[in-house]
Amino acid sequence: MTLAELPLLQQLLLVLAALVLFTSFVLLEQARLVSAIHAFAWQGALIAAITVIVATGGGAKHLYFSALLTFMLKVLLIPWMLHRQVQRLDLERHTQALRRPALVIMAAVALVVFSYWLALPMVAQELTFTRNIVAVSLAIVLIGLLMMVFRPQAVLQVLGFMSMENGLFLAAVSTTQGMPLLVELGVAFDVLVAMVLFGVFFLQIRDSIESLDVDRLNRLTETVENER
Amino acid sequence: MTAVLLTVFAPLAGALVLALLRSSYWAGWLNVAVAGLSLTASAWLARLVALDGEIAGLSFRVDAFNVYLVVLTAFVGLTTSIFSRPYMAHVRETQRTGAGGLRVYHAMYQAFMFTMLLALTTDNLGVLWVAVEGATLSTVLLVSLYRTPEAVEAAWKYFILCGVGIALALFGTVLTYFAALHVLDDPEAGLTWSVLYGHASDLEPAVMGIAFVFLLVGYGTKIGLVPMHQWLPDAHSEGPTPMSAVLSGLLLNVALYAVIRFKMLTDGSLAATTTPQLAGYMLMAFGMLSFLVAGLFLHRQRDVKRMFSYSSIEHMGLMTFAFGLGGPLATFGALLHMLVHSLTKSAIFVTVGHATHIAGTQDIDHIRGLIRTQPAVGWSLLIGVVAIAGFPPFGVFTSEFLLLTATMDAQPWFTIALLSGLAVAFAGLFRHLQPMVFGAAPEGQGPVTANMLPVMTHLALVLWLGLAIPPFLARWLDRATELIAGGHLL
Amino acid sequence: MDYLLTFLPWLLAAVQALLYLALAPLLAGWLRRIKARLQNRRGPSLWQPYRDLYKLFGKEARVATTASPLFRAAPYIVFVATWLAAATVPLIAVDLPTAMVADIIVLAGLLALARFFLALAGMDIGTAFGGMGASREMLVSALAEPAMLMAVFTLAMTAHSTNLASMIDAQLAAGLVLRPSFLFALGALVLVAIAETGRIPVDNPATHLELTMIHEAMILEYSGRHLALMEWAAQIKLVLYGALIANVFFPWGIAQSTAPTALATGALVILLKLLALGVALAISETVLAKMRFFRAPALLNLALLLALLGLLGHVILEVGS
Repeated sequence: MTLAELPLLQQLLLVLAALVLFTSFVLLEQARLVSAIHAFAWQGALIAAITVIVATGGGAKHLYFSALLTFMLKVLLIPWMLHRQVQRLDLERHTQALRRPALVIMAAVALVVFSYWLALPMVAQELTFTRNIVAVSLAIVLIGLLMMVFRPQAVLQVLGFMSMENGLFLAAVSTTQGMPLLVELGVAFDVLVAMVLFGVFFLQIRDSIESLDVDRLNRLTETVENER
Repeated sequence: MTAVLLTVFAPLAGALVLALLRSSYWAGWLNVAVAGLSLTASAWLARLVALDGEIAGLSFRVDAFNVYLVVLTAFVGLTTSIFSRPYMAHVRETQRTGAGGLRVYHAMYQAFMFTMLLALTTDNLGVLWVAVEGATLSTVLLVSLYRTPEAVEAAWKYFILCGVGIALALFGTVLTYFAALHVLDDPEAGLTWSVLYGHASDLEPAVMGIAFVFLLVGYGTKIGLVPMHQWLPDAHSEGPTPMSAVLSGLLLNVALYAVIRFKMLTDGSLAATTTPQLAGYMLMAFGMLSFLVAGLFLHRQRDVKRMFSYSSIEHMGLMTFAFGLGGPLATFGALLHMLVHSLTKSAIFVTVGHATHIAGTQDIDHIRGLIRTQPAVGWSLLIGVVAIAGFPPFGVFTSEFLLLTATMDAQPWFTIALLSGLAVAFAGLFRHLQPMVFGAAPEGQGPVTANMLPVMTHLALVLWLGLAIPPFLARWLDRATELIAGGHLL
Repeated sequence: MDYLLTFLPWLLAAVQALLYLALAPLLAGWLRRIKARLQNRRGPSLWQPYRDLYKLFGKEARVATTASPLFRAAPYIVFVATWLAAATVPLIAVDLPTAMVADIIVLAGLLALARFFLALAGMDIGTAFGGMGASREMLVSALAEPAMLMAVFTLAMTAHSTNLASMIDAQLAAGLVLRPSFLFALGALVLVAIAETGRIPVDNPATHLELTMIHEAMILEYSGRHLALMEWAAQIKLVLYGALIANVFFPWGIAQSTAPTALATGALVILLKLLALGVALAISETVLAKMRFFRAPALLNLALLLALLGLLGHVILEVGS
């Protein structure tokens, strides 16, 4: 079935999925912390919109609740908590530019291609109209991972981690119409607790090394052992 | 059913109470009490399972595989809590942490026990994931308890690396659910392990294969498989000693348990394809790599707790390899190894806690003459290392022997790697141990008050398991072997 | 009357080409007017660019002593190349004889030809500003070309052809379809258009500070009819990109036959689209500030990324089972 033959709602779904992938790239490249938090909030909002559309398109009814939960957690609560942390740590004007932007973006594009390849056997199975989004969701997870590796700043690493969770939620929504509600609640609870703990950690890291540049956390390495 | 609920939820109730309790003195005793209650309930549960077969209900499921792990978890939780009460009191006296820190410690200790027991007894793969992630979250603050830069770094690394790993495991879980929805009619049952196990051969092999890769990498990070092990030496060495004991002894087992549950599903799914052993081969590859690399890294260590955490990685690699090898012999050996490794490693860490208390440092070069200063500690450490290195008549020797026999039977060339790895690890451990225990004690080093009963109990159990495994335990392990590997050993 | 019927498409093609010539200064005037209104000024009249061109054509063309024949020839080459490129882009009607050459590769090639001679002319006299403008222009276009071609290929993958007329026909035949790849290609093409036509935030067309110029620096030495041709060519380029974006992405209203009603509707619709695009451009020029030149590559990398995502989105999301 080509794109032109799908109902309009499903076309909208694909457009939203492509936009989520774009926000993932934006998040990867953002130098300013506050802009990165906003990009993350947009990503969450788009994913909540996708969930609502899947729910109206005949998905399980508990997806409405999941969408609301995602919206409140990923668009309102977690960005607010991060913003508050950034204010408390005086990082509002802080920028941390990507060191080798061209290479990292190329790596991200390679990851998109890789996730497409990986998702092919799943896409081959005739399922619902959302199966094409699996590749996008895996790409978001992997780009979140890339962000955690290449942005050595604590807040940005947390954003990468949260963006991975976004990708996982999207994967669940697109392949299986959402996981059972109990599991979704558990996952959301875990994410919230993780966010709280991250907040505690920002203060601890800042107190111990006077900055949130994670590269400076380097006392525990194998080579240092010999010098002690 | 009450037995299950009591075992799992008693620690949760304990955690809530401990979070509110202000007195550190009573918190220590309450910790021990709750752990004792949990152990009693788990022993009761074990007896019920031994009589009735398996117990299932309310998304819980206790069968032959996880019942002994539940008892083991509760037992080690109790003995470590007995050790931790005076130890943490001493930590409080020396100002390494404050009253708030102790409250967090006690509450998170029981929360950690709750998440582990939940992970072991649940039948729902999604709840399993939530529980394993909860175990990570509850221990993260404890690793950084001492607030030194090294501790904060270790905790951050632990949080990030395990978080990433767990996220990948969630993707694998989603893929498993996706494969299940094709096969089952009821979407609510799509994550129930027992239902999936019944329909394992209908699950789509391509999807399950990809899912297993993600699950192995994800939960494998929590097991400490190389190359995802970077967080383990740091987290186990920078946290308080009771934490190291339970992390090394219990959490690694729970993660391996999760991988094996998924392996059972994957094996059933791939059975009819051209590569039915794919899951096993992956486990063997990761296991062997972890085993060899950790053994080599053992030699370079200067911190005693880091050294023993590399030893944990090595043993987990060995167990993963054994489970990957498959077959009744190797599986029985691996299950036995899970048991004895937990007991021995936690005993070692407890002893090391006392040793660092005596010497005032964790640096191997500055710990000397333990046997002269405090013979109980010295001898315990010596016997503990002898046990973990795989000397007869301790239990570790039995399980390793079973594994070597199985390897020689199935994949003879790997036996050489196993033997050389064991020799390398043995050399590394003893090279560091010998001066620590037998060297000349420095001036002014005196004995400390130490309750060695938990350690001696553990080591005695390991010795007993090496000499003569009691029949009920043998039958349990055998039933678990049959469940996993499809064939009896005994 | 038969000869009229076979003659009519060619006539229409010629009329369309002349319409480009005629509309270009109007669009420039419209832009200036809207920007002035947004800045709370009355602004010049809509017909002022026509008056400017007329005035310039009457003036003497002074040429520097160090100029080569290329300097005199360049305005004509640039003007004709740009005009030819514009003439191929469907403006009012799709099924014209020029549609056969309306290939995007041809378009890109003609624009590149124009740009090449423009840069050479900038360097010809030997002044510092001309050389600076030429090198900057080459940098911008070196980054913008791949982005534009990538966006074009994304479009071509859906329409299975790089011919503009085929693309428009395919779009019209499919009806209202939301394609992620088109969305991203639109974003990429808008950014490329801004860079290639020298608008804010890449280059300020109204600046008089030589060190901030790109396009203006290259035509700094021209006067009289040469300057008129260069200015007109720049205006035609703007209409070209506007018509390209309007007709390829939002083709509804364009005439698919040569019936008078269809043609009238087509003319009205394209005029409205161009005016709307003009307003959008004016707003963005007022809201944004001109970027420092070394940041222009970042903008163009964004365009390339958007185009690449469009391509990937097409392969991943749009290709059916």
